[in-house]
Amino acid sequence: MKTPTEIKQDIETKFPGIQITLEGASLIVPKERWSEIAKFLKNASEYSFDFLSSVTGVDYKEYLEVVYHLYSMEKKEGPLTIKVRTDCEKSLVPSVTPIWRSAEFQEREAYDLVGIHFMGHPDLRRILMWEGFQHHPLRKDYVQDDQDRSVEQF
Amino acid sequence: MEYTLKETPALETQTLEVSLGPQHPSTHGVFRMDVVLDGETIVKLKPVMGYLHRNHEKLAENMTSYLASMPYTDRLDYICSMTNNFAYALAVEKLANLEVPERAQYIRIIMAELTRLVNHTLLIGFLLNDLGAFFTPILYAFREREKILDLFEDVAGSRMMCNYFRFGGLKVDVTSDFIPRVRQIINKYPKFLDEFEKLLSENEILMARCQNVGVLPKELAISAGVTGPMLRASGVPYDIRKVDGYSIYNRFKFRVPIGEKGDVYDRYYMRLLEMRESIKILDQAIREIPDGEYISKIGAAGARSPRTFKPPKGDAYGRIEAPKGELGFYLVSDGTTKPYRYHVRSSSFINLTILEDMCLGHKIADAIVILGSIDIVLGEVDR
Repeated sequence: MKTPTEIKQDIETKFPGIQITLEGASLIVPKERWSEIAKFLKNASEYSFDFLSSVTGVDYKEYLEVVYHLYSMEKKEGPLTIKVRTDCEKSLVPSVTPIWRSAEFQEREAYDLVGIHFMGHPDLRRILMWEGFQHHPLRKDYVQDDQDRSVEQF
Repeated sequence: MEYTLKETPALETQTLEVSLGPQHPSTHGVFRMDVVLDGETIVKLKPVMGYLHRNHEKLAENMTSYLASMPYTDRLDYICSMTNNFAYALAVEKLANLEVPERAQYIRIIMAELTRLVNHTLLIGFLLNDLGAFFTPILYAFREREKILDLFEDVAGSRMMCNYFRFGGLKVDVTSDFIPRVRQIINKYPKFLDEFEKLLSENEILMARCQNVGVLPKELAISAGVTGPMLRASGVPYDIRKVDGYSIYNRFKFRVPIGEKGDVYDRYYMRLLEMRESIKILDQAIREIPDGEYISKIGAAGARSPRTFKPPKGDAYGRIEAPKGELGFYLVSDGTTKPYRYHVRSSSFINLTILEDMCLGHKIADAIVILGSIDIVLGEVDR
């Protein structure tokens, strides 16, 4: 498999004007262009990342991050880790469900628990928490009912 | 007064909405399907889940240490606690760059393959239960599972909630009679599988109910991220044990069986074939297992005082081929004793994405069988 640095260069030559940051072995992609890049990564014959293994959200307090793990079943390669950052307030990220179906439930879960809104998702509802639940429990500012109790107390 | 019907009205039909579950025995737990029926045919199906949701991920993030979540992983897929431990241990070892001693690697693989036997045997039993073959196959399955669970109990102290893996090794070494007992199991298991197959595989009712039902095309399976026996039944030779070769799987010789059509029957048969391959791996593993440490020095120190165990900053994704498909753990460390982010990529949950696609156009009774053939455990779906 190509190294993340090579993939970064490939994407930057394919889509001029895009700034991709390399963080460890993962690529941080601007959210405005993420759909196009996703299509490219899936369809380009030198990558064919046809299997989106995992989608999840992380709350870093200043910003939210969606983490994608891509594999290629055809070439038996991977993973390529893609990160997309968004702000906590609006938290809009393009949905990749039209590209990989496996994102359907996982994006719903990320919306439910972390509060990331996926634009273009066919059915963005809560999936694990009940309808009408207000907050997103995996946000770091979520207050739990038993938060005032410490472990030492028990 | 006389009532006569002047003209026969045209028969008016309408669709019927049925809420199947959550307290339905065929859903293997608390799972609900909102089904719209036209007569008996399914025209729409929406899975509803979350009845068993306890926010496993938040619990793990609030723990005092990484190791404290290990017993919680047992409760994800409560039939295969050993493989859940395996995936979590693998992710943390990746995060903290821990080495695992040779002997521990072998024991891990023996445990993982025994778990695969347990899971697949049980699945076939339950699938037949869903088909209406009440309790004969499942009791055969329970009888065999019992022998493996006894083994787990002797080694780990618990039959189902094993909590046996530690970062960098295992909790304790196996008992002295462990290897002979595994040998006994793998000597007898093929005979049991033959018996099972004689009983079921060419049964006319099973074939009629399972063949060409719930067909999952290859392309959809790949795009929907379906993994495990489900994916291979659709004809995609993708096994993480082969692809990643994690732990020491690349040392063993085994084949990856694939299906042709991707219907329920293929999925049923896939499990039987995989069990035979698992026996091959077990056979090689107990032949080659070396003496030595069961946990590395750093691992043992971490297991003794879990609150001193601090992986360096960064993130890691560890995945294994669990009996139900890909089980992955995504961990983010901020350098403290507990994970900043802990995410479980569970195969049961993601394999449900295509439930509607497989059920459309089939009868309501087939939906039960199709759901049974996906092999879900609600502890892992709802987390």
